[in-house]
Amino acid sequence: MESLYAITTGLLSACGFYLTLRGRTFPVVVGLTLLSYAVNLFLFSMGGLTTDGAAIVNGPAAYADPLPQALVLTAIVIGFAMTAFVVILAMRARGEMGNDHVDGRKHDDGEERR
Amino acid sequence: MTLFWIALLPLFGSLVPAFTARRGRRECSLATAVLPAVALLLMLFQVPSLAAGEMLRFSVDWLPSLGLELAFRLDGLSLLFNLLILGIGLLILLYAHFYLSPDEPFGRFYAYLILFMASMVGIAMSDNLILLWLFWELTSLSSFLLIGFWSHRSDARKGARMALTVTGTGGLALLAGLLLLGDMVGSFDMNVVLESGEAIRADSRYPLMLSLVLLGAFTKSAQFPFHFWLPHAMAAPTPVSAYLHSATMVKAGIFLMARLHPAIAGSELWSAVVALVGTATLLYGAWFALLKTDLKAILAFSTVSHLGLITMLLGIGSPMAVLAALFHILNHAAFKAALFMGAGIIDHETGTRELGKLGGLRRAMPITALLMSLAGAAMAGVPLFNGFLSKEMFFTETLATPVLGGLSWLLPLLATLGGILSVGYSLRLVHAVFFKPPRQAPPKPPHEPPRLMHAPVAILVAICILVGLFPAALATGLLELATEAVLGESLDFHLAIWHGVNLPLLMSLVALGAGAASYLWHPQLRRLIRSFHPVDARLVFEGAIQRLVRGSEAAITRLDGGSLQRYMSYLWLAALVTGGLGLAGMPVLTGEHGNQPVDAVLLLGAGLLIFGGLGTVLTHRHRLISLLMLSVVGLVVALTFARFSAPDLALTQLSVEVVTMILLMLALFFLPQKTVRESSPMRNLRDILLAGALGAVVASLNYAVLTRDNAPISGFFIDNSVPGGGGHNVVNVILVDFRGFDTLGEITVLALAGLAIFKLLNRLRLFMPHSDGEGRVWSPDRYPMILTTISQAILPLALLVSAFIFLRGHNLPGGGFIAGLITAVALILVYMSRGVEWVQQRLDFPYQPVAVAGVAIATLTGLGSWLFGRPFLTSAFGYFKLPLVGEFELATAMLFDLGVFLAVVGATLMILANLGKLTTTHRPTKQLPPPTADPASKEKR
Repeated sequence: MESLYAITTGLLSACGFYLTLRGRTFPVVVGLTLLSYAVNLFLFSMGGLTTDGAAIVNGPAAYADPLPQALVLTAIVIGFAMTAFVVILAMRARGEMGNDHVDGRKHDDGEERR
Repeated sequence: MTLFWIALLPLFGSLVPAFTARRGRRECSLATAVLPAVALLLMLFQVPSLAAGEMLRFSVDWLPSLGLELAFRLDGLSLLFNLLILGIGLLILLYAHFYLSPDEPFGRFYAYLILFMASMVGIAMSDNLILLWLFWELTSLSSFLLIGFWSHRSDARKGARMALTVTGTGGLALLAGLLLLGDMVGSFDMNVVLESGEAIRADSRYPLMLSLVLLGAFTKSAQFPFHFWLPHAMAAPTPVSAYLHSATMVKAGIFLMARLHPAIAGSELWSAVVALVGTATLLYGAWFALLKTDLKAILAFSTVSHLGLITMLLGIGSPMAVLAALFHILNHAAFKAALFMGAGIIDHETGTRELGKLGGLRRAMPITALLMSLAGAAMAGVPLFNGFLSKEMFFTETLATPVLGGLSWLLPLLATLGGILSVGYSLRLVHAVFFKPPRQAPPKPPHEPPRLMHAPVAILVAICILVGLFPAALATGLLELATEAVLGESLDFHLAIWHGVNLPLLMSLVALGAGAASYLWHPQLRRLIRSFHPVDARLVFEGAIQRLVRGSEAAITRLDGGSLQRYMSYLWLAALVTGGLGLAGMPVLTGEHGNQPVDAVLLLGAGLLIFGGLGTVLTHRHRLISLLMLSVVGLVVALTFARFSAPDLALTQLSVEVVTMILLMLALFFLPQKTVRESSPMRNLRDILLAGALGAVVASLNYAVLTRDNAPISGFFIDNSVPGGGGHNVVNVILVDFRGFDTLGEITVLALAGLAIFKLLNRLRLFMPHSDGEGRVWSPDRYPMILTTISQAILPLALLVSAFIFLRGHNLPGGGFIAGLITAVALILVYMSRGVEWVQQRLDFPYQPVAVAGVAIATLTGLGSWLFGRPFLTSAFGYFKLPLVGEFELATAMLFDLGVFLAVVGATLMILANLGKLTTTHRPTKQLPPPTADPASKEKR
């Protein structure tokens, strides 16, 4: 189970890394989102993988580690805020520059006119 | 306290010109002179107690943790230097009053000059190593401003830059040296340092410390091979050259060597280095002084030479040599400042400083001629002038010293050679300007300057002569105090003009005779030198600077070329290297726990995640499909959280997933629908390899952690959740109570992101497509009836669920974050189904205040605990009973959670509703464009 979890996290982050290296804004935003999923999974697993152990006192006997959960919870919300900011920035950049290249170049012949 | 005022009055004085410059020049000059004069008087009043052997010190803690104190001392050495700095400074002020032309910003000039004066006084009086260094740097900076005062001139700018580079570099070395010194002694207090000479010289770090400190001193005092900045600093106005570059600043290095003499001198290393560098500087400077044709350049190189002489004496280091050094500091300051001011007068009244264009000026400017001839005689070391006395002492010491071991006999010879050259250039300076018949007329008809402009020169020349005639009466007292300060013990000496016929007198006579002869043969000498092509220091320096700039530019373009892709790859590469190195250091990857068994559900989940992830990448050119793949990942991540006992996370992830997808689809609407293929295959391969390797590192790290025992700190939270926070849901209690401060920070960020997006969307120019990626036009049915009906039915239900989730959050999965997201999603659904106009008619208020109110409520809840004398964000809770409802709990954490809720709702809707509004304002017209139209015309701003 642990190896499966680790491989999945690694693969998701690899996909995220690859997309952040692209040259257009939207794939980079998608890559960042993917990467934040992977990072959240990674951080979450720092407390170990517990089944049927939600950290509700008076509930089950063996609790999952609540601390990484609390951290990841806020990370998810902040991640949304950051994704929103970056994607709106990308829209703005396209509005100002006329293209959606990540380097914000004014003249870009590769732009798909649509 | 008096010491404090002596040191700081000049510093305040640098502000005076700013207030008085508008009143006119005379008033400004007078006002500026007041504070330094007061400081000088205050200091003179201290002389009696100083002579009585009192130790005058003053100190206040400044940054005790760094060993920095605002500590001043006044001893003989400080007195000697302060007399030079303040006394000559006041004379220079008088001189500058006449020197600057009326349309120049004299207020600024005075301010810089007095700032410099203040920093020099600070150096002379500092009783703390760090404080001394601070003032040291301040002199470099103020000197930079003064050299570059005529900033319209290229040579002034370049000279200033060169001086700052050289002395600034030296300053850094000095800082390192002083820190090392303080570390060796264990204190930055000057007294402690000066008393630990033995320990310092025995320390293994002594050579390193000495070379760093000497580097600072040599660069400041223009010692060979760092002398080259001084002649170029002559681009400064002449008062500056006279003050900084002859009398005071260049003596700061020498002051430092004298000040730290008990602590760092006295070793063989010291003697050899300092004496040799001094000798080299003495000869080098004198040689070039003989060859230059610019008045100020001659004086600059002669200054270099005299500084070398003083350094050499300090290197020799015997008590009498120190005395001679101090005496020569005084004498040199007097005659050299006089000569500089005279040169300035000539430049001012004739319009040139070139020897070739000057000559025979004794008729037009008799007073100047007289004064400069006398000062020149003092510089040459003619008997009955002060320069003669210190030079004789210098010759005596070179004869007596064993500094160079078996080669010590060289020193008197080299010293005599220096003396010869010095007579040569002094003679040339005076003769060529005043007595030689002119070859051509100077640019302006020469005449005498205003009488008061002569006054400072005359005062200094008078000092030269009086000290030369009555050394015992005039200089003994001051020098006794100064040598005692440097040596730590009083020295019995007698200054006299006549010591009988001895070797030093003979050396002086040889110098005078041969010097005169060298001037006679000067033309031949110059011709000889011309054949060598001397190196211009400025060209070399500028070349080096420009190479440095070009190199830096190339490096910056490589590293910071404005390409995000490159930055990202550097970032990931760095992560790969550090992560990989950490992994490589691990003996085994699998920890002691090993794997738990896998079941079918897990396999399915992992399979879906991998499918979603790979699918997102593989379809990333078709952005909509890629986005759908991404949502698969998000959903399965939520399920993963649910599977591994994190219900709060699962709920949050699920609701965030909905909002994120709506957001990204809205954004995609305004962006190109497809990504063009532009990366080369090589680049793709590189990226795949990099991403793959980094992914492998992440997976290995994750696996290594998962299979090892971790010692969590969360036992505390689980134990204290109910008794301390009054909640059973530990995750929620952590968020709103234990780590409430973090949460407060996070909702603040959320609200800020919302506000930033609100601003970014303001006046956004957009590309509004008429059709989707495949060319299908949008559906004309804007508000589908089924969706409208359902969303309206769902809204109250969703709000109810949201309230429920919020209320139970403290004890069961839920809480402000999740409730806020659910509310936001429900509202957005209404927006989508009914359109912005419809919602706005019914729900007409901006969301910014909601988000801000959320943060404010959370903050106020935290602040509320102060009212009860508790730390920020302390929570309280209690159990209450109501009829019908039964017993229930109320906690201040709920109020905090309400803040979180409002912040989340406000920020999310601020982002989405505002973005959605754009689709309404930019909506394309109902008429469809003709299918044959040019594709470009489909785009509409």
